[in-house]
Formats: sequence, structure tokens, C-alpha cells
Amino acid sequence: MELSPRAFAVWRRNFLVWKKLALPSILGNLADPMIYLFGLGYGLGGLLPQVGGTSYIAFLAAGTVCASTMNAASFEALYSAFSRLHVQKTWEAIMNAPVSLDDVVAGELLWAATKATLSGAAILLVMALLGFAHGAQALWVLPLIFLTGLVFAALGLCVSAVAPSYDFFMYYFTLFITPMTLLSGVFFPLEQLPAAFQVAAQALPLTHAVALARPLLLGQAPPMIWPHVALLAAITAIAFVGALALARRRLLK
Amino acid sequence: MEPLTVRDLHKSYAGREVVAGISFTLKRGECYGLLGPNGAGKTTTLRCCLGLTAPDSGAITLVDEPVPERARLARARVGVVPQFDNLDPDFSCAENLLVYGRYFGMSDAAIRARIPQLLEFAGLAGKEGASIRTLSGGMKRRLTLARALVNDPDLLILDEPTTGLDPQARHLIWERLKRLIADGKTILLTTHFMDEAERLCGRLAIMDAGRIMVEGAPRELIRSQIEPQVVEVYGEDAPGWAQAEAATFAQRCEVSGETAFCYVADAAPLLEHLAARPQLATLHRPANLEDVFLKLTGRDLRD
Repeated sequence: MELSPRAFAVWRRNFLVWKKLALPSILGNLADPMIYLFGLGYGLGGLLPQVGGTSYIAFLAAGTVCASTMNAASFEALYSAFSRLHVQKTWEAIMNAPVSLDDVVAGELLWAATKATLSGAAILLVMALLGFAHGAQALWVLPLIFLTGLVFAALGLCVSAVAPSYDFFMYYFTLFITPMTLLSGVFFPLEQLPAAFQVAAQALPLTHAVALARPLLLGQAPPMIWPHVALLAAITAIAFVGALALARRRLLK
Repeated sequence: MEPLTVRDLHKSYAGREVVAGISFTLKRGECYGLLGPNGAGKTTTLRCCLGLTAPDSGAITLVDEPVPERARLARARVGVVPQFDNLDPDFSCAENLLVYGRYFGMSDAAIRARIPQLLEFAGLAGKEGASIRTLSGGMKRRLTLARALVNDPDLLILDEPTTGLDPQARHLIWERLKRLIADGKTILLTTHFMDEAERLCGRLAIMDAGRIMVEGAPRELIRSQIEPQVVEVYGEDAPGWAQAEAATFAQRCEVSGETAFCYVADAAPLLEHLAARPQLATLHRPANLEDVFLKLTGRDLRD
């Protein structure tokens, strides 16, 4: 692995682009989760008794934060990174400078996680204003969404590195992201799932992000912390190494 | 400092040898050309030199650093103009230079201090804030050249710098490259435009099928590789005439479509013979680099 601080120059490139359209970007990323939160939270929640020991909308808040962080990181690592890799050839331009491909991939990883954190933090702020974030524990959700951003950025970069075109990403969303959103305890407690699915859900990174975010937003200490964090970190590391290998195969042959 | 040395470079893709044992050395301050038809292995050679592709065998030294081992260090002192523009479409002209300078570890202040002179050099003064999307093809090419100079490199590598440009834009690029050569920069360029190579290159190599066929100064190659005079004979009857009579007057004659290219040391007897045949149009000219190129690489299309 050939990593250097030049990865931050790549991060800064993306940040400079984002800065030009920061407000529309954040507002755009807010709209979708808010529609889900209010639509399901009040619409469906009004029909439900307490879910997981709280109102449905408060239950849904943590899932919404994690799922939209996942989406923001995935979109950045798929569509945006792929534009730079394949369409604009920005990566190739950068690699003619004293920046390695590993630096470029690391810069993209950090940037996608940063962007996901920025939009996740905006959602968190709105939730806090609406009274769905209780106490100082809720601030621990910030590092958690950064870690969640890293996981899905690394996974997304693996897909971008092998994608022939934008159409390819539909498979990733349809076969991976969407089922995960439904199986990770975002919309309903995991215990509602058949036993086999509950076991399978433990392999999904979003499950572990939600498992930490929900108690934190409700002002409680999560029953377990490090197993979840370790698993998220491990998936990030493995996917990052995979993304490096796949990107090398694509660009350095 | 030695700008670039390549020794016995080999590179294969899927069993096909794209670069088959290339050696050449750049001297400091010269412009060296790699000429060859499409698929000759020019771009692969450049990628190997920059450490972006690992060669199967061979040794490369780029600005005194072994490549690919220390390619990143070497690239800090090299500027690259790629074959296809890859300017950042999200940025203005000045931002493109700023962001690119950061990849070299330069401070924002140091880059900003260079931006006016770089844009001036590129003929883009006053275009600091202009979006890349509003630039013409020639302007983009010049900005790419300016971007390659952001780190004040010792060696400039240009991959087909004027492909796709109109004559005005090409002449402007040539003028700028001549200025850089006059300033003492070393340049390695690939091209398949013979006039470009003749104008710019002190020395050049003609490549085909992954090998260097000849190397030398353009005039020297024309002198040593080919007959000095060319008589082009064209018209419906030209191929038939060439088959029947050309050998009497020309050392070598190549037919392409309805044109016969006759290569001769002395054109007078041939021209006299042709004067009596008004149905054949003729063009008499000195041999040029393109004739050398076509003699060595053949007239077949390369797709």
C-alpha cells in the first residue's frame, strides 16, 4: 500500500467542489429522510402502539439518520466517484502528479464519509430541534455516522472500481442497499424478523450502525459498543483494501 | 540530471507484446519525439515511464529516479499533458491550476503566485474565473499545458499534444513548446503528425509494433532513410503506368489508390518522361519525414 498525506489534496479537491453547492446539497439530502420520517413516523406511527419502548417516530429517527448516512456515502462513492474515475478521468489526471492511486482511493473514501457525515449531521440537528435527540449522548452519533459513512464509502468504491457504466449501480442498490434498509432494524425492530433473517441481519453493517444510534438518540447507553464498532471498522478495512486492489486492476494495468 | 533513460523495455497485454524491447535516452534540454502509427506502443511506453504501468522487463530512470520503484518521487519533477484532456470540469481555469498544484504538495500561496504567469503563457490571461465548459478545444489544450507546468518541471511529457486541434490552435501550441525548449526544458512528445515532429524535435524515434525502427535528427533520417526526391503521379492511369514504366525511372515506387509515389535520386528523366503524358498529373517535391515514416511503417491502415 502506497499511502501518503497527498490523499488530503484529493479530499480537498472534492471539498472545493462541494463548497460551491453546499446548501442545496445539504437541503437535498435532508428532504428524502424527512419525508420518510414524517410520512411514516406520523402517518404509520399514529396507528401503532409504542415500538421498541418509544413512539414510532422516535424509534424511526435513529434508523433514518443511519439509512440516510448510508445513502449519502453510497451515492458519493458510486455516482460521483465513478464520474471522476471513468467519465472525467480526474483520477488519471491526479495520478500524473506525485499522488498514488492508493492516495486517490483513500481521499475518495474520506471524502465520501465526510460528505455523509455533513448530511447526517444536518439530519441530526433537525431531529434535535424536533426533540428526537436526548441529551449529550446524542453527540456520539456524530462519530458513529462518520464510521457508517466510511463503511459504505469503502463498499461503494469497490463497486465503482468494477463498474462498466452508471447502470451497473442499479444492481448494487436493488440487491444490496434496499434489502439492507429493510433488514437492519431501520423501520421495525429486528425481533420482528424470522429467526434466520435475524441471524443474517447481523452480517449487515447497517444493523450495527442502527443498534448503536438508537439508544444514543433515546438518551441511553448502548448495551454493547465495541463489538459493533469493531465490526464496522473491520468491514471498512476489508472493503478499502478490496477497493484498492480492484482500482489497481482497472487503472494500473 | 538525466531526464529519461529507457533500457530494453518490454510490456505485453494478454499475450500480445505491445512494447517489444525499446531503448532510448533523452538529453537534457532537447525535444525528443516518439512517432508511430496508432497501436505502435507510444502511450504504453509513456505509461511505463511514469510508473503507471509496471513493465514486464527493462529498466527506466526518470529524472534520476528508478521507475516504477520511486515513480512518485520522479513525477514531482515531471509535467504531463495527456492524450485526452482531463481538466476538472467542476472548476474555473485558476481553480484547475490551484487544485493541481496541491497534488504536488505546493502551498496555496506558492501556486497562486504562479497562476497569472501560467495563464499568460497559455494565452488565457483574464480567464481566471472562466469555467472549463466555456473554453474551446485549443484553450483547453493550452490550459492542460499550463497545468503541466504548475510544478516548474524539469521534463515535460506530451502525448499527442495537438491531436484534434485546428491549424491555428496547433501553431499556437507549437510556438509555446518552442518557447519552453528555448527556456531549456526537456520535452518528450508522441505524435503522428510529421510536420509537428519536424518542427519541434531535435531527435526522434519512429516506432512500429512495439519496436523503434530508426532514431535520429529529422533531416538526418530523411537523408539516410530515403531517396531525396519524390514525384507523385496521379490520375486514373497512374497505377497502370506505375506497373508498366515506373521501374525504369524510379528506385522505388509505391501505389496508393490512384497515386503513384516515385522515389528518385534524380527526378529529371522521370519528369521529362511524364511531360509527354498529359493525362498523368504530377507533383515534384523533396522527400520529407512522412515519406520516411510511410516507408518504415507501411501504408496499411491501423485501426
